[in-house]
Amino acid sequence: MSLQASFWNNLDQVFVLLQHWIAGYFPVGLQSAVGTILAVVGILATFPGIFALTTVLERKGLGRIQNRLGPNRVGPLGILQPVADGIKSLTKEDIVPLSADAAVHFLAPVVLVVAVFLGYAVLPVGRNMVLMNMDAGLLFFFAIGASTELSIFMAGWSSRNKYSLLGAMRAVAQMISYEVPLLLSSVVAVMITGSLSTVKIVEAQSGFTGIFPHWYVFTPWGFAGFVLFVIAALAETNRSPFDLPEGESELVAGYFTEYSGFKFALFFLGEYLGMFSIAGFAITLFLGGWGAPLSVLGFVPSWVWFFLKLLAAIAFFIWLRGTLPRLRQDQLMNFAWKFMLPMTLLNLLVAGAWRFLGDGWLRWVVCSAVLLAAYVLLGRVLMRHQNLGARSYRYAD
Amino acid sequence: MIFGFSIAFLLTAALTVAGALAAALLKNLVHCALSLTVTFAGLALLYLQLDAQFAGFAQILVYIGAVAILVVFAILLTRGAGIAEYRGFSSSWLLGLSIAAATFALLGWAVIKSLPAETEASAAPAVTVQSIGAALMSSYVLPLEIVAVLLTVALIGAVIVAMPEPRTRKSGAESGGGQ
Repeated sequence: MSLQASFWNNLDQVFVLLQHWIAGYFPVGLQSAVGTILAVVGILATFPGIFALTTVLERKGLGRIQNRLGPNRVGPLGILQPVADGIKSLTKEDIVPLSADAAVHFLAPVVLVVAVFLGYAVLPVGRNMVLMNMDAGLLFFFAIGASTELSIFMAGWSSRNKYSLLGAMRAVAQMISYEVPLLLSSVVAVMITGSLSTVKIVEAQSGFTGIFPHWYVFTPWGFAGFVLFVIAALAETNRSPFDLPEGESELVAGYFTEYSGFKFALFFLGEYLGMFSIAGFAITLFLGGWGAPLSVLGFVPSWVWFFLKLLAAIAFFIWLRGTLPRLRQDQLMNFAWKFMLPMTLLNLLVAGAWRFLGDGWLRWVVCSAVLLAAYVLLGRVLMRHQNLGARSYRYAD
Repeated sequence: MIFGFSIAFLLTAALTVAGALAAALLKNLVHCALSLTVTFAGLALLYLQLDAQFAGFAQILVYIGAVAILVVFAILLTRGAGIAEYRGFSSSWLLGLSIAAATFALLGWAVIKSLPAETEASAAPAVTVQSIGAALMSSYVLPLEIVAVLLTVALIGAVIVAMPEPRTRKSGAESGGGQ
């Protein structure tokens, strides 16, 4: 391998090499344990760091979308705002209501953060860079994601507050409803790959035709699956436009009304980290994971591509939050059960048809036509009683 | 290895038993439901220690993710989570204790009877998710279809139970369930 190629290869594997080098200082029996600990430390350092970056990006981004500046006092252009936020949340008094259930009130943010961090164990952030390569990796992630619903219920119930309980019940109903389209839309990627292991799913998308990659998002069923997965992911993490459970204008702060100080920060951390991990899974399942978008760019390290895609996903989520109005609870539920569930089931059929129609242009036409027709028909049928007039725009002066 | 069991197994078993005891003995009903969740998690860890990955993760997904939430919602919506009155020991505690002991003895006898005579570790059969899927599609396809029909019946039943009664007079307020 030429010197230049080996340089890029080493850069690609730099974290793996670092892990092995540090583990080499320990006796042979402890080396695998030390390697795992180092990987865990890496995860614990990286994703909360991205969380800090995201808080400031979100506030600046939302500010610009809403025609205002966002935080601009701490550091140049307000970049050090997360430091100020962290110090504030650490030094605020931790108020627990007198009638609240103290044990459950304390455990709810703990359960959330633990469950969310566990989900990062099967996320492949680069070539050979996954903490645990399990055969049933995807199932592990969704199982852990289902446990976060319990922590939201615990938070809402233990606060003995009407608003918290309402918010918690809405949130759990929403998360359970959107769990079904989330899982079903990810099943298409599993079907075509033939494995539940996230590493194998990424490797199945690492081929190129000419210079274009084999990402699943560039196929009809993959595109539909990706869109449905992203919508369900937004709903799972209670992110706008599905953030009625924490609707600031209606429910004070929903299920974390009674939390202050560091526990509130932990809830925030848990929510954002959940958003990152589910965005990471959308990238892994449909956007080719750590693969390069063009074959000529293959020399760039794999982890760079993963984090660039993650950043793009985060920017997209912030954009959605600033632009779309919030959905009402019944609109949310109808959307999940009447639109997304039939579309995901149809997507399964289409993916099966794709596999059995064989190579060629026919399967592209048939699959795209079926999905497009279903989308238009379902939309028209569900909207037939809404007498919506033409759009009217009002611009800010 | 204590008593022939590994440390991991003993810890997981202790967690499971503690959760089950707490679920039976605690006074606050929601606390009981949450301890039951700990028991489910302990069971899932036991499955994982036996290398049954699919069973373990399905346990977490179904039991903790759905059944536990169903239990707490049921408690909440049927007003069972108020301040519990203190109940003393029931009057038929001897009968309950003897039935529980008899059941435990029966289960223990059945488990010990089913252990193989030789105790060397034979190669565990690799049950991967792929083999489960293949078995579901080939030899167990009839139970799969029957379960599908059962789930459909349950869903339709839930919708019918939850559906609001139709108004006798259409007042035009039915804007329907579209987006």
